Amino acid sequence: MTSLARKFVMALSGLFLITFITIHLLINSFSLGLWWDGEQLFNQGSHFMATNPLIQIMQYILAAGFIIHIALGIILTLKNKAARPTKYAVNKPSANSTMSSRSMIVTGLLVMAFIFLHMKDFFIKLKFGDPLPHVNYTHEGVVESLQNDFSLLDLFANPLYVAIYVLAFIALGIHLNHGFQSAFQSLGAADKKITPTIKMAGKAFSIFIAVGFSAIAIFHYINSLG
Amino acid sequence: MSEKRDMDLTLKIWRQKDAKSAGKLETFQVKNISPDSSFLEMMDVLNEDLVAQNQEPVAFDHDCREGICGTCSLHIQGEAHGPDRAVTTCQLHMRKFKHGETIHIEPWRAKAFPVIKDLIVDRSAFDRIQQAGGFVSIPTSGNTQDANAIPIPKDDADTAFDSATCIGCGACVASCKNASAMLFVAAKVSQFALLPQGKVEAKRRVLHMVKQMDEEGFGNCTNTGACEVECPKEISLENIARMNREYLNASIK
Repeated sequence: MTSLARKFVMALSGLFLITFITIHLLINSFSLGLWWDGEQLFNQGSHFMATNPLIQIMQYILAAGFIIHIALGIILTLKNKAARPTKYAVNKPSANSTMSSRSMIVTGLLVMAFIFLHMKDFFIKLKFGDPLPHVNYTHEGVVESLQNDFSLLDLFANPLYVAIYVLAFIALGIHLNHGFQSAFQSLGAADKKITPTIKMAGKAFSIFIAVGFSAIAIFHYINSLG
Repeated sequence: MSEKRDMDLTLKIWRQKDAKSAGKLETFQVKNISPDSSFLEMMDVLNEDLVAQNQEPVAFDHDCREGICGTCSLHIQGEAHGPDRAVTTCQLHMRKFKHGETIHIEPWRAKAFPVIKDLIVDRSAFDRIQQAGGFVSIPTSGNTQDANAIPIPKDDADTAFDSATCIGCGACVASCKNASAMLFVAAKVSQFALLPQGKVEAKRRVLHMVKQMDEEGFGNCTNTGACEVECPKEISLENIARMNREYLNASIK
């Protein structure tokens, strides 16, 4: 694989993961109860994600996307470190590049560690754990019995747990601030006219994701206080 | 006449006997340096002092001293070609520094640019990348063709010329946290890719040059943009995006 091929794979897997977290945030937002009963809408969304055949196939593609993106990130970092065996005694990278662009491996690994924690408490529990109690929703005389996945959000009653999540979302935001615009540059969609717009969009998107996920976690903490 | 007074400086310079020896930073003092002198003139003063004291002068690369040849290098105070923008080291002036300042001077650091002696590195990796495809195979026999025989849009000609201003100094590699040569290679790919004469060999060129770049041991580009900022010729990151497109095209078709 050439250096440019790695670049394309990194960019494509990154953009794929970006679409995933956008959908994830959308479903999380159901739990806020802004448009409908939060618990019911969230459980319906969760049920859909757990049963829809297309989503079941996508799960494996998503897992592959994560593994490729993370493995390539680690390989790239090792290769790039090897390309400069002797370091500068004095170096001033802040003069020429952003912190977020230089710390992709750090923010990336932090997000990865978070994903492990998050999978342990949600994905593994839902997929392989004991079934959760069901709740019944009646709509126009039809009774729908759904597993109460919403009850897992009780985890957010723990302020330490919420703090870990918020820190991970900040790391994700910093990662995306560089990652979003970088993906377009890697795929060749960059010039003096469109790049400033893409960078702005990337900044807005990364803030939206970090603030959005954090706000929902904090919302459930506040809710738990009664 | 300059209001600024002459400067005394402490220099911490990388000394290395040859490619095989281990090197280290050595400390030197220079006195009465004019703020209007260039950085290399300051280095000349140091070397004259060293010669007068019967010591080995510091080896560094230089040639035209007009900012056009790309021979001078030097990583000064943590930046390629020093703290000024859009200049090579020979065009960097001592007025950018303060009296009494300690200045760190190091060679370019990259596996693909091994140190030959002191501050001189071997940049022949760039030559080999050029030889892998950075040319157009136009027959040179027969009458010289008129320059305007092939119509070229003005914008394309200007952009190609901007790319062609790359002097191959290696500041992009030196500044990149990954020691990537992507900006250099992208500029050399672009200067041909934009012109009709270069289109004939476009696919072969980009594939061969990227392959050679990888073989030389340069790192991977992660789009930090440090190269563009430190480049004395302000070669734009646009070139890298263009090379990525060229490479995608060449790989798919």
